[in-house]
Amino acid sequence: MKKHFSSLLGAVLATGLLTSAPVASAADKVTMGFIYVGPKDDYGYNQAHAEGCAGVQKLPWVKGVEEASVPETTAVQETMRNMIVQDGATVVFPTSFGYFDPHILKLAKQNPKIQFLHCGGMYTEGKHPKNVGSYFGYIDEAVYVAGIVAGHETKSGKLGFIAAKPIPQVLRNINAFTLGARSVNPKATVQVIFTGDWSVPVKEAEAASSLINQGVDVLTCHVDSPKVILETAERRGIFVCGYHANGSKLAPKGYLTGAEWNWSKVYTDYAEMVKAGKTLAAGTIPHLVRGGLKEGFVKCSDYGPAVGEAAKKDAEAAKAKFMDGSMVIFKGPLKNNTGGDILPAGQEYKQQDIELEKMGWLVEGVLGSTKS
Amino acid sequence: MGGWGVVVGVLSGAVRGGTPFLLVSLGECLTEKSGKINLGLEGVLLMGAMSAYACAYKTGSPWVGVVAAALAGAILGAIHALLISRPRVNDIAAGIAMLIFGSGCAFYFGKPFIQPSAPQLPGIPLGGWSDVPQIQAALKISPLFIFGVAMAFVLQWFFRGTRWGMQVRAVGDSPAAARALGISVPRTRFFAIVLGSALGGIGGAHLSLFYPGAWTEAISSGQGLMAVALVIFARWNPVHCLWASLLFGGAQAVGPSLQAVGISTGYYLWNASPYVLTLLVMLFTCSTKRTLAGAPGALGASS
Repeated sequence: MKKHFSSLLGAVLATGLLTSAPVASAADKVTMGFIYVGPKDDYGYNQAHAEGCAGVQKLPWVKGVEEASVPETTAVQETMRNMIVQDGATVVFPTSFGYFDPHILKLAKQNPKIQFLHCGGMYTEGKHPKNVGSYFGYIDEAVYVAGIVAGHETKSGKLGFIAAKPIPQVLRNINAFTLGARSVNPKATVQVIFTGDWSVPVKEAEAASSLINQGVDVLTCHVDSPKVILETAERRGIFVCGYHANGSKLAPKGYLTGAEWNWSKVYTDYAEMVKAGKTLAAGTIPHLVRGGLKEGFVKCSDYGPAVGEAAKKDAEAAKAKFMDGSMVIFKGPLKNNTGGDILPAGQEYKQQDIELEKMGWLVEGVLGSTKS
Repeated sequence: MGGWGVVVGVLSGAVRGGTPFLLVSLGECLTEKSGKINLGLEGVLLMGAMSAYACAYKTGSPWVGVVAAALAGAILGAIHALLISRPRVNDIAAGIAMLIFGSGCAFYFGKPFIQPSAPQLPGIPLGGWSDVPQIQAALKISPLFIFGVAMAFVLQWFFRGTRWGMQVRAVGDSPAAARALGISVPRTRFFAIVLGSALGGIGGAHLSLFYPGAWTEAISSGQGLMAVALVIFARWNPVHCLWASLLFGGAQAVGPSLQAVGISTGYYLWNASPYVLTLLVMLFTCSTKRTLAGAPGALGASS
């Protein structure tokens, strides 16, 4: 239903553009297309990308075109086609995970001169068209810092994590949060609840209430829009760490800090490369772009009023180590939460390690299981 | 709280999560008693949630939001009622069209209200007797739940003991007989559908103004459609709608409550429990002799 409605809306919008908008003088401007799976102001994943789009548009020679609430179906192909043909976009950023296969791959084959950049990281050399690239941020670094603050501020030692699905990106954040908290508070535990989907507000609220009833006093999450969780935590008077975008307005008392994306930096880098005439196919734009706190791909929210000096000191120390590149989150001795060994002492997984992108385990201190 | 936490969680989840089911199913019950089906209630729920949130935000009063939700529901209901009062218009098809129309309108007009925070309905604290904060939080009851419970009994009395209620039932059971008695079938159905949709809209207000208390496009996630099934399972009896809604609301809370105490096996299965429950109850209450006991006689007929 939703699909038909939005493709209809898309068609209406596209006709509107055809008749009213003057043809962009593409010669001196770089036109970039941004596609989001949900609304642009959801305090979450999509808002973070839309803020990135707004950021890159501050460059006078960049024109951004956006479309929100595009489902992961052939509707996204139609949107990409409209952006390329009618708006003259030479770079498109379809930001949702499910847009990649087959939608981006299909359009990329048909439009070899257009750069297709996908957020999430599934480009494989030789298997995918050469004009496709992927970018992503090591947000687990910011989540680790949030874990440190949470570990300091909890009184019960029980932290809660509301997650959508047990996939590697999510597990990596749960583990980073737990390791951060336990680096300053070795007795802290993190209870995980998987809701089963990216946006199920009633279940998220239910999960938050259940965790709070069990004595959890700091919550965080990895779902598309943390709004309901932030507001539920604030109403029940506990602390909360944000995710995706700054949520301090939703929880003015209980917001500690949060892990945020900084896509405007990434999109600005890409815009500069495109302006300089670089392309993915020629290999002058790298196919895989990754970065963390140091590269400015992710950032931490400003501390909330409840964060004490000790927490700030430890969090800043960790941030400084991330900035000089000496911090490794996943290092031995590391045990999983069923007692098995992941890494012996002396070994470590660096951020770029491909093992981390295949993560299927939860570290010691996490209460929960990846089995569905 | 351990195991007791699960019990408290499921019981309070039944009240919090069951309220939208209750209001929508009461609305649908009233509509179906008049012999027509309104499948558009999912759209009504979304439109109600959106209008309630938007009006509460703009005026600063959540109660204005509740009234706006009821009005929005009534308007959608009126469109549906007018459509299906035309000859040979199928109520199921029109309902599906209204479902898409209602959710589309809600998404379109709701865009600017996703981000702002609207004032919430005050909870009625019934947990003052307990020192346990969890129990106090669980017993902070939505005023709309109290309204829903009252409505269930009022509707029960309305159908059994009032002239108008009898008229609605007569129209639903045998339009020809009702016509012979001088009752206007189209007018009765119009009022039943409009009032039913207004109740559904108030259910939406509970979602956006009390629990979970935000406007997002995913807020209803099929609850409006499930409530339609719930009416069948409650055998078109308003008080049974109340028990069925509590059961569905509680089933929704089982998965998260179990995971909170560390029981995480099969959470997809637990999350599906409301749907499994619907199927099971349908299976066990169904028999060849009394399959549709309580169903209005003219339901589904194209007159």
